[in-house]
Amino acid sequence: MKVALLAFAVALCGLALVSAQAPPARTSPSPVRPTPDPAATDISVVRVQKNVYMLASRAGNVAVQIGDDGVLLVDTGTAPMAQKLFAAIRTLSNKPIHTIINTHLHADHTGGNLALVKLGAGGPQPPRVMGHENTYNRMVAAAVEANANTPAAALPMDAFFTPTRDFFLNGEAIVLHHVPAAHTDGDTLVHFRGSDVVATGDVFNPDIYPVIDIANGGTISGTIVALNRVLEITVPAKYQEGGTYVVPGHGRICDEAEVVEYRDMVTIIRDRVADLVKKGLTLDQVKAAKPSRDYDGDYGTTSGFWTTEMFVEAVYRTINATK
Amino acid sequence: MKVRHAIGIAVAFLSTAAPANAQVDFTGQWAPLYHEDTIERIPGPELGDYTGLPLSDAGRMRADSWDADRISVVQEYQCRPHSSDYSLRGLAPLRIWADYDPATQRIIAFHTHIGAYENKRTIYLDGRPHPNEYEPHTFQGFSTGVWEGNMLTVTTTHLKENYLRRNGVPRSSKATFTEHWVLHRNYLTITHVVYDPVILTEPLVRSQSWFLDPGQRAGLFPCEYLPEVPAEAGTVPHYLPGTNPWLKEFAEWYALPFEAIRGGAETLYPEYRAKMGAYKPKDKCERFCNCTGFGDCLSPTGGR
Repeated sequence: MKVALLAFAVALCGLALVSAQAPPARTSPSPVRPTPDPAATDISVVRVQKNVYMLASRAGNVAVQIGDDGVLLVDTGTAPMAQKLFAAIRTLSNKPIHTIINTHLHADHTGGNLALVKLGAGGPQPPRVMGHENTYNRMVAAAVEANANTPAAALPMDAFFTPTRDFFLNGEAIVLHHVPAAHTDGDTLVHFRGSDVVATGDVFNPDIYPVIDIANGGTISGTIVALNRVLEITVPAKYQEGGTYVVPGHGRICDEAEVVEYRDMVTIIRDRVADLVKKGLTLDQVKAAKPSRDYDGDYGTTSGFWTTEMFVEAVYRTINATK
Repeated sequence: MKVRHAIGIAVAFLSTAAPANAQVDFTGQWAPLYHEDTIERIPGPELGDYTGLPLSDAGRMRADSWDADRISVVQEYQCRPHSSDYSLRGLAPLRIWADYDPATQRIIAFHTHIGAYENKRTIYLDGRPHPNEYEPHTFQGFSTGVWEGNMLTVTTTHLKENYLRRNGVPRSSKATFTEHWVLHRNYLTITHVVYDPVILTEPLVRSQSWFLDPGQRAGLFPCEYLPEVPAEAGTVPHYLPGTNPWLKEFAEWYALPFEAIRGGAETLYPEYRAKMGAYKPKDKCERFCNCTGFGDCLSPTGGR
């Protein structure tokens, strides 16, 4: 009952914030990744570097930092995967969960918030859930819109609104970088300075074109700015190998070299679409010109939640958007 | 006593003879031979030269879009090494050493060091599996080998994107490649086959050789990236489709039909000669006219 009341209060509070900040009108449906069946989804535990691990599955990646202070999670996966995720966390550490950071609002990155806050409790304080305020606002707005009884623990109540926020945990500095209007308008990069790892959320996924969620404030220009920010943070070791490692929202562990290739690809396709727009081509004509066709074998698909055509359309629609 | 001594000699002899699942020890210092594809490998390929490559349309478009300024303006490319598939073809003084199983004295891994970019690589022969899909890709990839008679066959996965040719023809991170290592007295030949579902329409087969050179020493390869030219942050030099002005000069220099230098599986086979028509070289050679090795290939007009 208390949770429901709190949820109502949070919803009202969030609604007020959302109203004040007026997120962009929804011009297209938000791309939603399908939720894999947890019974058929294995989690791979991969050590990234020093204190940071990656829990990887078809549902997406969760970065885990461990140490004496407790467990820090970057994202929490889908709700149905939470139990499995917690079991995987327990293979790394028996400490309570100290902090959860949501890189953005989508359910494949925040769906496990509530369950993991409960499962990971036991420290002097309940696990805190952090995120950019745009993420918080949009999650509250979505809950209100869906008339969902969302408990506060499922939301990034510890929200920040500044370009960066930092704190110290498990013996290292952790810096949160807000990258506006990229995948969404609430994306956060999480940089573990001591472990030399950056978790990007869905700003960077090595196997798919950028998923630009226009309905939630995403743009192509902001995506490129965000990728360039990742490149500012990362420092390669000798011969462009290793150094700072990158945990993407989905897919394998990467380093700067792969973000460079990806940033170049996105920039080149943006430039091609911009050239076609400048020549006066309509959206259909731009799609017909297939400006991404040399990269489609690497990053494209003709079916699923985010097709090549959807990407080209998102580039076309947001190419002149301000970052 | 004599019998025991004779058995000892026999055992020692048999242990050095090649069993059915023989191993060949490739360890040593190997000096590269550049008689194959010399111009491509030593001075470097010409812009727009895609000959010999079974390129897909995607691969050709990627190469056409490539602007050589990219390796200077994008400083992250300045120290990007050759990947293990390309490294075999580069400036490649090669050192090979091995790990031996102390219990059996069988080779359980080869290690290689190649001069260019000091590329180091391990080829595991102990039967271990390749990493899962979430493990990082590297420029050298992850390699395992098996013996096929006296030939070592190596499979490499987990490669970062790199290039098939240093003129912008890419090789995707989805590619894998297979090598066949063969020893002929003091000559080592590695034939490698690249499978790239994005850039190639059929496997790309290339070979290269080295000779044993115990006096060789692979030097250091210092490299430090830094801003070389003023450019706005995030600049990615490239050509928009149809705007690259450098694609035809290779065909003009060698009097080749433009279509013949664009790559593609069809152009690899002898039957293509009939389609291409009679080839009439220029009356006077103008470029890399006597390029047969290292010293006389360093400039386009050298070695005449």
